[in-house]
Formats: sequence, structure tokens, C-alpha cells
Amino acid sequence: MDTILVILIDGIVYSSWLFIVSAGLTLVYGVMKILNMAHGSLYAIGAYSAASMVGLYFSAGYVPWGSYAVFLGAAVVAGALAGLLIERGVLRLMYGRDEVIMILVTYGVLLILEDVIKLIWGVDAYFAYQPYSLVGRTKLLGITFANYDFLLIAAAVSIGLLLWAGLNRTRQGKLLRSVIHDREISVAMGINVKRTFLVTFIIGSSLGALAGGLTAPALSVVPGIGVEVIILAFAVVVIGGLGSVGGAAVGALMVGICRALAVHTFPQVELFVIYGVMAMVLMVRPEGLFVTTTARRI
Amino acid sequence: MHRADKTPRNLCLALVVLLAAGIIMPNWLTFLATVSIAKGMVVVGLIVLMRTGLVSFGQGLYYCLGGYTVGIAGNYLGITDVVGILFLSVVVAGIVGAILGLLLCRYREIFFAMLTMAFSMILYGVLVKSDNLGSTDGFNVAHVSLFGWVPSSDGVSIVIYSLACMIAFLTAFFIHRYFQSGMGFAGDSIRENEIRVEYLGISPRRVIFYKYVLAAVVAAVGGSITALVAGHVDPEMAYWTTSGEFVFVALLGGTGHVAAAFIGAFLFELIRTVAFDLSPYTWQMILGITLLMVILFLPKGLWSLITAQRTGRG
Repeated sequence: MDTILVILIDGIVYSSWLFIVSAGLTLVYGVMKILNMAHGSLYAIGAYSAASMVGLYFSAGYVPWGSYAVFLGAAVVAGALAGLLIERGVLRLMYGRDEVIMILVTYGVLLILEDVIKLIWGVDAYFAYQPYSLVGRTKLLGITFANYDFLLIAAAVSIGLLLWAGLNRTRQGKLLRSVIHDREISVAMGINVKRTFLVTFIIGSSLGALAGGLTAPALSVVPGIGVEVIILAFAVVVIGGLGSVGGAAVGALMVGICRALAVHTFPQVELFVIYGVMAMVLMVRPEGLFVTTTARRI
Repeated sequence: MHRADKTPRNLCLALVVLLAAGIIMPNWLTFLATVSIAKGMVVVGLIVLMRTGLVSFGQGLYYCLGGYTVGIAGNYLGITDVVGILFLSVVVAGIVGAILGLLLCRYREIFFAMLTMAFSMILYGVLVKSDNLGSTDGFNVAHVSLFGWVPSSDGVSIVIYSLACMIAFLTAFFIHRYFQSGMGFAGDSIRENEIRVEYLGISPRRVIFYKYVLAAVVAAVGGSITALVAGHVDPEMAYWTTSGEFVFVALLGGTGHVAAAFIGAFLFELIRTVAFDLSPYTWQMILGITLLMVILFLPKGLWSLITAQRTGRG
């Protein structure tokens, strides 16, 4: 019984994290049809910004609770800035190319950003444990859980709700959805698609960086974290169907629970399980769970 | 006007030059050249697929499979003969490629890329957790022999280099002919318009299946050569960054000609080695900028420079 509870909670915590990481990725794909490999680097940028901000904040000795706003804010701002630079500097020159080529373009951006991060923050590990330990721990049925993990769940739920409301309940969201459905018609109807792309990419980048910022207190921030994360996010969005935010939530839950199940019962298959689930879903539904198959164009 | 195909002649010339160069090359250059040839083999397979409009982000799967076959054959099965080992990895990759190919021939574009990537990450996940095979560290490959003759440890690199040159020559020759065969042209047509190919009575799935298996086999040979020359294998060979590197090289060289794969691979290794020596902290940045520049200014790769010159365009 206890094991089941642990698996469930671990799974949901991990799923929340996965969802936060992949929400921006799937949004950017939905609007721009770009599977952004550099999303992992944005995650790393967010993590580093947050970690160094936590360090500065706590050494200055301000009120500890204020640190959350500061380090998450720093991550979002850093992500938005990086997103702006990438879109204006690189992606704008490449629009209209093949989807697979766009993956490689963002792979190039990833390679560049990996070294930019090393140049700015060096190669030493950063620790930002204070926000993690500040909220304390909870004992539940004799098992101790870190409260920060529950904050992660809350963050995932709010991000999901905000995205849903933004897309479905606002004028801007409606314009965005029309771009997702048909780019050409949207242009013909007078929507400024170029600006939509820029705004979407900045939002997507900030989400990626926010994910990094939220994760920074829970682990040590070292070079290479972005490269590990991006492939997990790929698995999640491909399972749910590229471009679908709801799909990303379901994909994150599937991967999260399966992984927790594997970790607690048969740890040897941990990595295998994540990609196994991805391969299985793609075998049955080649375009992911929540995407309707489009007719072939002759 | 029909022009005589000069490629076989040029390939023969290249083989002679490469074999002769092997005698005078310093050790580091021999190593670099062998690794380039090995990676070039994988890229040849990738070019076969890319001409059909498919980009595999999981060729690392077969690269790794070839490498581990060498390691396991030498350390556990007692097979040390180079030719035997290579034959074995061809068989292994052929079987795995045929099984996965049956599934993958239904997929196109980004879904093909993602599913191939998933398969290679599965192998990575398995290898990382298998302690018997050294987990993330991998293991060293046993000393090899050639038809019963065991070369000294200094001589082994030149033997493998020469062997790699000959394998690359045969592969390039065969694949070049293949590109001019019906099957080769069917690939180009599938990229242009798959449905019209179906109307012509050709099954695109079958064409793609054979191309996938072919790509798998040459990638495994490339992995085997790498394992032989480096003397070590690790799960990193199946990681997605390795596969990404191959796609990078294919783009750098271009898909216009089979030789572009080897030229691209050699340039890639050279850029990486030089960039790493010059600035250890920014070598990835140099590679990334190179990639963006190639995509931006040479969408058909470096090979387009050669063809543009020959036809008097550009």
C-alpha cells in the first residue's frame, strides 16, 4: 500500500516537472512548427539564472520568503531575453524551411548556447537549496515528502490552467489558435503572423526557463543538464501529439507514472521505460495521442 | 549530353592516394582519418535515407550496435578476426534493421525522426543499466587479428586504417551505382511525390524498408571500425547527440554524392579537433555556428560547391 502511494506521489511530482518542461516546447511547435532543441538550453539558462540569483539573494540576507519571486522572475526574464535573441537573430532567417531542417537549426542554437552558458557561469556546479529546504517536509503515512515537490505540482497545474485559459478564453488566444489551424488563411485574414511567432517563441522560451528555475533548488546545476532534459521533453510531447498542450499533460502523466513504477519496482529499466512508452505510443498512434490524422495532399 | 561517369575512376584514385598516404601519415592523422571514414560510413547510410526525404535521428542505434558487437565478439565469444567481426556486425544490424524497418517504413518526416530517436535511446537506456557491459563507462575491446595474423599494437592502427579505406571504397562504389539504379531513383521520386510513385506501381514502403536496412548495415560497419580503432565502446554511441552529429555531417557534406559523406566527416572531425585545441570552452559554439552557416548559405552542403563549379553555374 505504502509503495503504491509512494509511486503515485513520485509519479505525479515527476509528471508535473515533465509537464512544465514540455509545455513551452509543444506550444512553440503548435504555432511555429518548430521542434525546438534549444529548449533544453533555455531550461539550463533558467536554472543557472535562478541558482545565481538565489545565491545573491541569500548572501544579502533579505527576507527568505521573498526569494521565490526573485529567482523565478530572474529565470523568466532570462528566458524571455534569450528567446527574443534566438527568434530575431536566427529563426527569423530560416522560416519556411523543412521541419526536419528546423530541428537542425535549433540543434545549432543548442550547441552555441551550451558554450555561452559555460562562458557566463563557468563549469562549476551551482547549488540553490535554500528555497527547497525553506518549505520543509511533510510526513504522510510514515513517509517523508519534500513540500517543494508539492509546490511543483501546484506550479504545473497553474501553468496548465493559465495556458488553457489564455488559448481558449482570450482574444489573443483565439488569434493564436487560428494560426495553429491554418497559417495561410490567418495571414489572409490580417493576422500579423510574424509577430505571433515572436510572441509565442518568447512565451515558450520563458516557460522553458521557468521550468529550469523551478528545478534549480531541487538539484545541483551543472553543465549538460539541458541536453538531458530536451530528450525527455521530446518523448512527452511526441506521446501527447506535437502541438497539443493537453496532450503534453497526458504524455507527462504517462511517462511520469511509468517511470516512478519502474524506479520503485525494477530500477534497471528506468530509462528504457520512458522511451519504451514513447515507441509503443508511436507504434499505435503514429502522430501521437491527441492529434487527428491529416489527409495526404497530392 | 551524356557524360561518362568519372566517379569510379575518381574513387579508385582516392583509394590509391589514401592507402599511400597511410604510410607517411603521423599517428594522430591516421586515427582522425579512420574515425572520419567510420563516421562517413554512417553518413552514407543517412544520405541514402535523406535522398528519400527521411531523416533518421537514430543512426546512433546501429553505430552503437556495431561497436558493441565488436566488443562482445572479442571479449565474450572469442572472435578476434577483423573480417569475422565485421561480418557479424553486418548480420546483427541487418536483423535489427529488418525488424525495425518493417515498422518504420510506415513513418515519414518528423515522426520518422522521432521514432528512430526513441529506438536509439532505448538501446542507450538498456546499455547504461547493464553492469556486465560496463554501464556508462563501456569496456575495452580485445586485441584483433587478421586471418590468423596478430599485428603489433603499433601496426594495428595502420591495418585498420587500410581496411577501413577499402571498405569505404567498396561501399562508395556500390552506393554510387545504387543511386543510379531503379531503386536509387525511386528514392528521389518518393521525396518529390510519394503518391505519384504509388501510381507508378512501386511500393514506397518496400523501397524505404530496403533503404533503411541498407543504412543500418553501413552504420554498423562504421561503428565496428570506430570500436576497432578506438579500442573502446560506451553507451554514448547510442545517445541522441551522436545521432545528431551524423545528421550534422550529412548536411555539411550534402546529399549530392556518396563521396560528400566522407569529405563531410573528415572536415567535421578536423573542425572539431582544431576548435577543441584552440578553445576548449567554445568548440561547440564553433560547430554550432558552422552548422547555421551551412544551412543558411549552402542548403545543399559543401558538395554543391563542386557541382556548381563543374556545370558553370553559381
